[in-house]
Amino acid sequence: MRKKFIVAATIAAMSNISPAWSNSDIDALKKQVEALKKDYEQRINSLETRLKKSEEKALLAQQKVDQVADTVEKTKSTSKTGSNNFNPEISVILDGRYADFENDSDDYEIPGFMLGNEAGLGEDGFSIGHTEISLSANIDDQFYGKATLAIHEHDGETETELEEAYVQTMGLGNGLTIKAGRFFSAIGYLNEQHEHSWDFADAPLIYRGLFGNRLRDDGLQVTYVAPTDLFLQVGSELFRGDRFPGGGDHDGVGAWTAFANIGGDIGIEHSWQLGFNHWRQNDVDDRTSDGHSHGGGIAETPSFTGDSKINSLDLVYKWAPNGNPDRRNFKFQFEYFDRREDGNITMLNSGPPEEMSTYDGQQDGWYAQAVYQFKPHWRTGIRYDRLSSNNKGSDYDVLVEAGLDDEGHTPERYSAMLEWLPSEYSRIRLQFNHDDSYKDSDNQLFLQYTFSLGSHGAHQF
Amino acid sequence: MFYQLKNRLLVMLVLVISSGNSYSEINVFACEPEWASLVKTLGGNKVSVFSATTALQDPHHIQARPSLIAKARRADLLACTGAELEVGWLPLLLRKSGNGKIMPDKSGYFMSSDHVTLLEKPKLLDRSQGDVHADGNPHIHLDPHRITQVAKALFNTLSSIDPDNHDYYQKNWMNFKDTWTKAIKKWELQSQSLSGKKIVVNHNSWVYLEDWLNLKRVATLEPKPGIAPSSTHLAQVLSQLKQNQADMILYATYQDSKAVHWLEEKTNIPVVALPFSVSNDETLFQWYEKIINQLMSIK
Repeated sequence: MRKKFIVAATIAAMSNISPAWSNSDIDALKKQVEALKKDYEQRINSLETRLKKSEEKALLAQQKVDQVADTVEKTKSTSKTGSNNFNPEISVILDGRYADFENDSDDYEIPGFMLGNEAGLGEDGFSIGHTEISLSANIDDQFYGKATLAIHEHDGETETELEEAYVQTMGLGNGLTIKAGRFFSAIGYLNEQHEHSWDFADAPLIYRGLFGNRLRDDGLQVTYVAPTDLFLQVGSELFRGDRFPGGGDHDGVGAWTAFANIGGDIGIEHSWQLGFNHWRQNDVDDRTSDGHSHGGGIAETPSFTGDSKINSLDLVYKWAPNGNPDRRNFKFQFEYFDRREDGNITMLNSGPPEEMSTYDGQQDGWYAQAVYQFKPHWRTGIRYDRLSSNNKGSDYDVLVEAGLDDEGHTPERYSAMLEWLPSEYSRIRLQFNHDDSYKDSDNQLFLQYTFSLGSHGAHQF
Repeated sequence: MFYQLKNRLLVMLVLVISSGNSYSEINVFACEPEWASLVKTLGGNKVSVFSATTALQDPHHIQARPSLIAKARRADLLACTGAELEVGWLPLLLRKSGNGKIMPDKSGYFMSSDHVTLLEKPKLLDRSQGDVHADGNPHIHLDPHRITQVAKALFNTLSSIDPDNHDYYQKNWMNFKDTWTKAIKKWELQSQSLSGKKIVVNHNSWVYLEDWLNLKRVATLEPKPGIAPSSTHLAQVLSQLKQNQADMILYATYQDSKAVHWLEEKTNIPVVALPFSVSNDETLFQWYEKIINQLMSIK
């Protein structure tokens, strides 16, 4: 209270005396004030510039922080291993079975077809199938490579075989892919798929009859995928051609194939694929088949020399409710093969003189199968196989000895299977075949397990 | 017959090549619908987007179907989750496509999980632990903050592939960022009451949602990721829940609901069937809205 009074009194007194000040005093005061003003303005200006400078510095610092954050993020993302943590991916397939055949498995034949390679029923009783060890990886941003070793028992001996060893381009672009090395031919639907991903324990009869289970060779493959909504792929392969069902040395380039596949979806639940394939080898030289001996003598082995060509068609249809195959799904597949051959059949180790006949071969066959996963972890399937042949030659007896006469029999087979898949890496399968490959019908039972260890790549459609 | 067919195929091939599909749009192959939706938002009319899966498919188990190979063949950009979610089909698809633009390490190879931190990185890599992903849990699209991070990276990728439209993408990204940030705030306010709720899940696919909304997972019906619920494990879960009640059971609509409904019957815990991703033409906003509303509907 008192302070306020004093201030008010002083102000009143000052206002009263001001008129008494001289002009010169006022001028001096004005000058002083202006000087003060200038001084402050300068100070403010300098402060402002300093502020600006520090603001700029702060901005720069923030930008640097952002840059650092970005690089951190980038290094974080590039340090990720990508699609898998195993480099290379290593996988082992364990396969074993118990088989029961009514007939002697050594008597197995398909009249009208000269069997070779791995054709046959396999062992009676307990046996292990193909144990596969496979390594694969993206080699760099341009190439992918894969090698598979197959270990199996053959006539009581353990054989190790380089089943696959190939490299494949990845970034060629324009839908082109080149594959080189040893690989399963892309002709046919089942041929390119690994045995452990087949739906039955044994190969279709036509695969057994023509290829001795599967067609595999060393060579080069080129495929092209067209830039269309409908899947359209064409491709061709060049092979050495010295393996069954080819034969002979053709300076290392003896056989070729051409194939085309189209496919697509119908709605979200249905998908399909249709394939046309051609395999050809001119001048097959000395393709031998399993020999058979007469009363303990040296085995007489039939040998084919001539031109050989195969045409085939395959169709696959799949269904999954809502396009989600996890719980239930259905698959139908059909393949047809037709082989024409023109040349000679010679019975090696026969005679003298060596038995021989001209040969005009016509063999064809198909199979159809349907597999249904009716609940999670359970699948069941049926398959039907049928073959026929109409082979002609100058010496009927030689054809009979070579197993090329159909003996008036139409080879066929009915199969049914039930699978339990505890996880996507394990499978136990029970399969029954009623096999009329030759005249004596055989009932065959398989109990098979297949387990996959390690990193396991995707399966084909 | 064969030769005729072959000729026809050749004619088709020639027609296809000569028609010369020269689209100016960026062709995007999205592995899951959530990324398809995000690319559409950021790319607008400059992109043409295909989603390889729907919300009703399990993205772990897709087959490399011919139709997918055909789509991958023409893609300029791949927008997928990564972290091994698509390991069962994407590598094969890429190898079959013969398309150099979308191979790993190329600019057209975009994996969302490369741009966020992942939860649940396993300490032990062993198949006895079930279907574990070495990089961590890949189902990142259930955290909206991670979506923002992915969107930013996706905008950068779009700009680098198609620099001519950089400004356009930037405008879309800024718009998205604004509205998405506001939406997140709204959802977070709206869902405050969910914090601390105890949930039972079918598969371990909700980790990021749990993390975001602070949901407490008390039980998982699958004994190990990807391994179907066994009766012994279910009995164990049941006795555990009898002592310690949960608030809801969550499962994705593409998953098998048998075990879930069995548990619902035994315990009376309400079941929430959530769509695991956006459905046709839905935006990410609408999908999140739906999820929050469904969760909030359980009292």
